[in-house]
Amino acid sequence: MADTLLDIRGLKTWFKTDDGLVRAVDGVDLRIDRGETVGVVGESGCGKTVTARSVLKLIDMPPGRFEGGQILWQGRDLIPLPNEDMDKIRAREIAIIFQEPMTSLNPVYTVGDQIAEVLRQHQNLGRKQAIDGAIEMLRLVNIPNPAKRAHDYPHQFSGGMRQRVMIAMAMSCRPKLLIADEPTTALDVTIQAQILELMQEMKQRLGMAIMLITHAMGVVAETCQRVVVMYAGKVVEEAPVEALFGNPRHPYTQGLIRSIPRVDRAAGADHKQRLEAIPGTVPSLLEPPPGCRFAARCKYAMDVCRQAMPPLKEVAPGHFVRCVL
Amino acid sequence: MAGSTPVSLTAEPQTSGAAVVASGAAARPKARFSPAREALRRFRRHRLAMVSSVVLSVIVVAVLLGPLVWRVPINEIDFAAKLEGPSWAHPFGTDDLGQDVLARLLYGGRVSLAVGLCAMLVAAVVGVFVGAIAGMSRGAVDAFLMWLADLFLSLPALPLLLLIIYLFRESLKSVLGPEGGVFVMIVAVIGGLRWMQVARLVRAQILSIREKEFIEAARALGASPLRQVVRHILPNALGPVIVAATIDVAAAIIAESTLSFLGLGFPPDIPTWGRVLFDAKDTIDIAPHWALFAGAAIFLTVLTINFIGDGLRDALDPRRVL
Amino acid sequence: MSRQYVLRRILIAIPSIFGISVVLFSVLALAPGDPFSELAANPAIPPEVAAALRAKFGLDDPVWTRYWHWLVAMLQGDWGFSFASRINVDTLIMQRLPTTLIVIGAAQLLAIAVALPVGVLAGTRPYSIFDQIANTLAFIGFSLPTFFTGLLLILVFSVQLDWLPMVYRADLGATGGQWWWEQFKQSIMPVAVLGLFQGASLVRYVRSAVLDVVRLDYITTARSKGIGERAVVIKHVVRTALIPVVTLIALQLPVVFGGAIVTEQIFRVPGIGSLLISAMLANDTPVVMAITFVISCLVVIFNLFADIIYGWLDPRISYR
Repeated sequence: MADTLLDIRGLKTWFKTDDGLVRAVDGVDLRIDRGETVGVVGESGCGKTVTARSVLKLIDMPPGRFEGGQILWQGRDLIPLPNEDMDKIRAREIAIIFQEPMTSLNPVYTVGDQIAEVLRQHQNLGRKQAIDGAIEMLRLVNIPNPAKRAHDYPHQFSGGMRQRVMIAMAMSCRPKLLIADEPTTALDVTIQAQILELMQEMKQRLGMAIMLITHAMGVVAETCQRVVVMYAGKVVEEAPVEALFGNPRHPYTQGLIRSIPRVDRAAGADHKQRLEAIPGTVPSLLEPPPGCRFAARCKYAMDVCRQAMPPLKEVAPGHFVRCVL
Repeated sequence: MAGSTPVSLTAEPQTSGAAVVASGAAARPKARFSPAREALRRFRRHRLAMVSSVVLSVIVVAVLLGPLVWRVPINEIDFAAKLEGPSWAHPFGTDDLGQDVLARLLYGGRVSLAVGLCAMLVAAVVGVFVGAIAGMSRGAVDAFLMWLADLFLSLPALPLLLLIIYLFRESLKSVLGPEGGVFVMIVAVIGGLRWMQVARLVRAQILSIREKEFIEAARALGASPLRQVVRHILPNALGPVIVAATIDVAAAIIAESTLSFLGLGFPPDIPTWGRVLFDAKDTIDIAPHWALFAGAAIFLTVLTINFIGDGLRDALDPRRVL
Repeated sequence: MSRQYVLRRILIAIPSIFGISVVLFSVLALAPGDPFSELAANPAIPPEVAAALRAKFGLDDPVWTRYWHWLVAMLQGDWGFSFASRINVDTLIMQRLPTTLIVIGAAQLLAIAVALPVGVLAGTRPYSIFDQIANTLAFIGFSLPTFFTGLLLILVFSVQLDWLPMVYRADLGATGGQWWWEQFKQSIMPVAVLGLFQGASLVRYVRSAVLDVVRLDYITTARSKGIGERAVVIKHVVRTALIPVVTLIALQLPVVFGGAIVTEQIFRVPGIGSLLISAMLANDTPVVMAITFVISCLVVIFNLFADIIYGWLDPRISYR
């Protein structure tokens, strides 16, 4: 039995807005075991980011609230945990890196100071030691000339470098889980590969688990052991990576995989292949339809799909699908 | 950017522009809410702005129609009744010459409000003009105009206003009559010292929209720069400009009142609110009602205008809270 | 912060002073009539002085020369002779300038001391009861003209309660501790009027700056580091929100001088504001011109300080 670090059960994170209650995350189960990389995929608005931020309780609670469910970290429910106790978990046990490296670092403090801040908080280091630790972290993420660069400001780094700094900051206390919220979406393609490689390297050195949130299926195929597919606030499929790509059961997953642009297909065929998109748009999270939320865009949709939400069924060992098919 | 998740999920509770809703409510029909109706809806939610609109309307109506209804003359001197507190005959009391304070305030209000409105128009027109030119021309012209705006922002308004009045008082009186001359001068100077903010807003709007696709499209279809500005850019800049203009009215009223309070504004026989306060300040210990009503008139008008401006800001420019 | 940045800001300030001087001089030159008509009429002015003044202001020379002579004279502190007070204008102004600067300085400090904590609290708890009350009070604060507030305070504290003196005296008889107490009592109302007016608009600026910063990504990053909400607010939110606030305080400076003029009139504080008014009423042109010039230069100089502080606070700027 693998060592389960994070066990999200039935999480519901809703937001009160002018137009009503937005059910961004509406009953999501997610499990991450020690040392594994789990990919969370889905298009924008499906609730991936809200799920990620919910784990560290980084959601603004006046408009947002936890409507139900549990977030179990090594058996302990984080939802009722007061902020002071959450602070002991943040960065020390669970770290997070965000999508936009250009705006994720404070522009008025040096990069070294920002990394040192984490070290001083969680490891009680003095100022000099913390800066030294920061320099070490910068060296670890392959930033050239780290001793000098530690005294530079974020605007003096490129996007890819800043993301490395973010990774250095996140890794500095050797957390057990790294949540990476679309870490490469805002970067150039060549830099993307470097960052992913860096993350793999860190994972191997520290034996860390990763929750990789992305909408790029190709990245998932390369780096993850398990994949969770989300749609409109719910999990629609979950499977080990080979099973997901080899035998996708949910029509949405199939659509996602088919829509990956592939150069080889076009080259080999005698006629050009059209890029397949999934028609339609994400339904409103304000008043979600009663049945399966993908029904409006699904070409196999039947009446029974629209009437009631299908439950998550295990169709093969470790392979769950929320579909009547 | 395709597939980007909202940068931050911290939506303010009362805004409908929450990023989460935007991505989650894509299919919901919003077509029935035109921008104007949306703005009105948001404005109505600002309680203080709504109350202020009512109060300000009362003040404006009182000032415009009051003298027709309350027919007590403003300069009927009656020493026997001097410095009396509020009574049925004189709801706001009398001043040191026995004149009715209410009548004087109603009459003077017309001037004060007129100055406020006209100064705002001057500032708005000059500001839109300068901002449009700066935004559309870029390069040296833009740089020069912005330097000019910065220069004007460093000019201390009140001392300069005082200086100009001091130097031009006599000649303007001879050309336009004492009231007209001072009116033109005050409106021109106050307006002339407040165009910078509007110019900046218009210019910023132009710079941000200039490069957007629909302007490229308009240009490709042969729209002249003037047409581009008027039809496409200005409507978008309208929101912040309206908010700035509202604040300008309040600022102009305070500026004119300050001038009159220092004894350097309109001629003494015109009872602008500041002037009344100037007259009232020396007997404030024995006749506080006089100064209090005048001061309250200025305060209430400016306060309501400021609240309305805030409401307009929420309605037309909801992201920024300044 | 680079030396180049400071140098550049200083270099930019110089054309501003030139520009202002051009504006002021143009106003003076365009003014119809002879602003120095008092010269001829006033028997107290010795003819040599009158002639020297006419020469200095070059009333018979072409405009460019006049401007240049005037500018050089102003920059050297040679501001002429006051008709009304019968002493050199620069002596007169230097006598009264410190008082004005002290009152303005104290008022500004009061404004910041009140507005910063209130604004930060309101910005970090938007739409809460505290925020709504603070907001409403701020609106009331900057909608009350300073002359009205001044009069009200005099009515309450001097007339009704007789706690504070109505008139500011530069020549307090007392010494030592008693002097400080008297000074405090007479300063508190003008400083409070000016400071609270400034503070009211500053509260809204601070609140808005905080609201703008709080929703930014790096604040979420700061929270995710587990350093505690208080550290997030103080070390990250306030520190970065201060940057636009400094600019706003600098932009308000011209308004502050205007407010000082009014306050000095009401409380009869012997500063350059009240001097300006009395000079205007006495048709004492050299004094009027000199004070306007001095105030304008002070605004430019304070703006320069603000720019430098801004460069110190925001590392992105000074490296450009």
